[in-house]
Amino acid sequence: MLKVSDLECVRGERSLFKDVNFSIEAGEFMQVNGPNGSGKTSLLRMLCGLSMPAHGEIRWCGNAIRSLDEEYHNSITYLGHLNGVKDNLSALENLRISSALAGNEIDENKAYNALQRMGLGGREILPVKILSQGQRRRVTLARLLVCSTVLWILDEPLVALDSAAVMLVQSILEQHLEKGGMIVMTTHQDINVAAVVTKRLQLN
Amino acid sequence: MAINWFKYSSPASFYSLAGKLTPLFSITAFILFVVGLYISFFVAPTDFQQSEAYRIIFIHVPVAWMSMFLYLIMAGWAAIGLAFNTRLSSMIATAIAPTGAMFTFLALWTGALWGKPMWGAWWVWDARLTSELILLFLYIGFMALQAAIDDPRRADKAGAILALVGVVNIPIIYFSVKWWNTLHQGATVSLTQSPKMATTMLTGMLIMSLACWMYSIALVLMRTRTIILERERHTVWVSELQGAA
Amino acid sequence: MFLWVIQRDLLLAMRQRADVLTTLFFFIIVVSLFPLGVGPEINMLRSMAPGVVWVAALLASMLSLERMFSSDYLDGTLEQMLLSPQPLSLLVLGKALAHWLVTGVPLVLIAPILGIQFNLSTDALLILAVSLLLGTPVLSLIGAIGAALTLGLRGGGVLVSLLVLPLYIPVLIFGAGAVEASSAGLVASAHLSLLGAFLLASLVLAPWAAAAALRISIE
Repeated sequence: MLKVSDLECVRGERSLFKDVNFSIEAGEFMQVNGPNGSGKTSLLRMLCGLSMPAHGEIRWCGNAIRSLDEEYHNSITYLGHLNGVKDNLSALENLRISSALAGNEIDENKAYNALQRMGLGGREILPVKILSQGQRRRVTLARLLVCSTVLWILDEPLVALDSAAVMLVQSILEQHLEKGGMIVMTTHQDINVAAVVTKRLQLN
Repeated sequence: MAINWFKYSSPASFYSLAGKLTPLFSITAFILFVVGLYISFFVAPTDFQQSEAYRIIFIHVPVAWMSMFLYLIMAGWAAIGLAFNTRLSSMIATAIAPTGAMFTFLALWTGALWGKPMWGAWWVWDARLTSELILLFLYIGFMALQAAIDDPRRADKAGAILALVGVVNIPIIYFSVKWWNTLHQGATVSLTQSPKMATTMLTGMLIMSLACWMYSIALVLMRTRTIILERERHTVWVSELQGAA
Repeated sequence: MFLWVIQRDLLLAMRQRADVLTTLFFFIIVVSLFPLGVGPEINMLRSMAPGVVWVAALLASMLSLERMFSSDYLDGTLEQMLLSPQPLSLLVLGKALAHWLVTGVPLVLIAPILGIQFNLSTDALLILAVSLLLGTPVLSLIGAIGAALTLGLRGGGVLVSLLVLPLYIPVLIFGAGAVEASSAGLVASAHLSLLGAFLLASLVLAPWAAAAALRISIE
């Protein structure tokens, strides 16, 4: 489904990585490892089409993602290291708006349920700015519960989460894989996602 | 005989080509300037209406032409760089901007020098002068934007978009200013010369324009060379160049 | 989705009303400064009024441009918008429209009151409001290009003024020209039609250019 060939990333004058090749099929999980500054975030941003590789190609179902553009966006969910939530909006508003912008309008009930499952029950209508870092992260991750995309690209999704939340995320990811979804993620934490195929990509 | 033009689209080969061509254009520019200025000051007859002061048009008009041409050429190169992702075209666009801005400034300055004896004021809000001033703002905006961006790739592309937006706007701006001008001043003070311009005057002006072209090309080549060196300083061919020197 | 963007930006503006009011008061103060600078002679003020109000509107609209994308850029929501399955230019159009609703519309509403300070006739006041109504959306649309180009740059706020003010000139000329024509007892419809034409042209072209600029800036 997702096929990456000869990818090279250049930042400024330095080549961060080159000759990166991999492919991901339905139900597969890939973890990208590497020290700080090895280009993990850059790689994930390239996979989304947010930045252009210096060299190489990324194909989705056989087509270059550049040519698919908005069509491709229908199939992916990207959660970056920034939460992408508005401080002045409530958790509920944030979830509904970010889902709608991703082309997936949800009603209030569905949003309530998702937030509840993320352990944010009772805090749905508080402005996000008074929530803790971990709780904000949960608001962001709640999107995974309501979205219907196939490929998830997650940049350090576990940052600031407590162990209970990490377990929760793990189960969400496993469910997604069981349904034939695909996941590419980076993390520095230990997480053991059960998948049919687990791939590891080491950048350095 | 087919010349492979694409060979020169790589910065390395363009660098050496530009190095060879620069002296050629510089010398031509110098000769043309000397001849042009000689005609302007000693050969061309004194205008019976404007006396000697009119001679500034030998500089003013070619310089004003150049300022407009260069903006278009700059936008053209920038657009090519944006569309085909060719680094060299964007570098040329960046190299053109300061020369274009300088010509625009010169056009304004010589316009003011001419305006003082003709209109009795250094500055009048004539449609052409005002448009020229706005053109200067556009050049400055382009250079300021590129200077503010650290990543050269982003600077190239952002500059290209700004230059293209500018090109779309220039006719609208010129037309608006002209309208505004006629609305406010009745008949505009016209810069156009009497229809039967002396042949020597025309020759002088054409030679001066040609000199400005040669000068611009020489300068843009030099500046492009500098930009190439700066951006490619970590490549093998530049270090070889350094080793050879 | 287009509506969601507008709704979201309006909601955010409601939660940060101070920002909206700052722009409006800036506009009022700048306009009120001119009589203090040039003296209270009523005929001169009347002839200056269209230009003064329009220049102040340009500055006020520009003042808030930087905010159009930068807060979304900083908290990561802009990245999400770029990954939306909708065309980015549509989204930019939504944001520019929201910017206009928040900064342009208050100016249109308050301008006639400021015009009274300058002793403009009722007809001229009406034309002033109409010219602003047609012209301020153009400012937001062109401004979106500038805001997108300078996204995340140091000194972005000053830089954006350098980029967009020259592009605002046609709007200024015909906006102020319409009011002047009307105070001189002439018909302002030619000016207003041209402003309308600018609005149409910028509605078509500006979102597209701003979207391209955003893609470049976020890369």
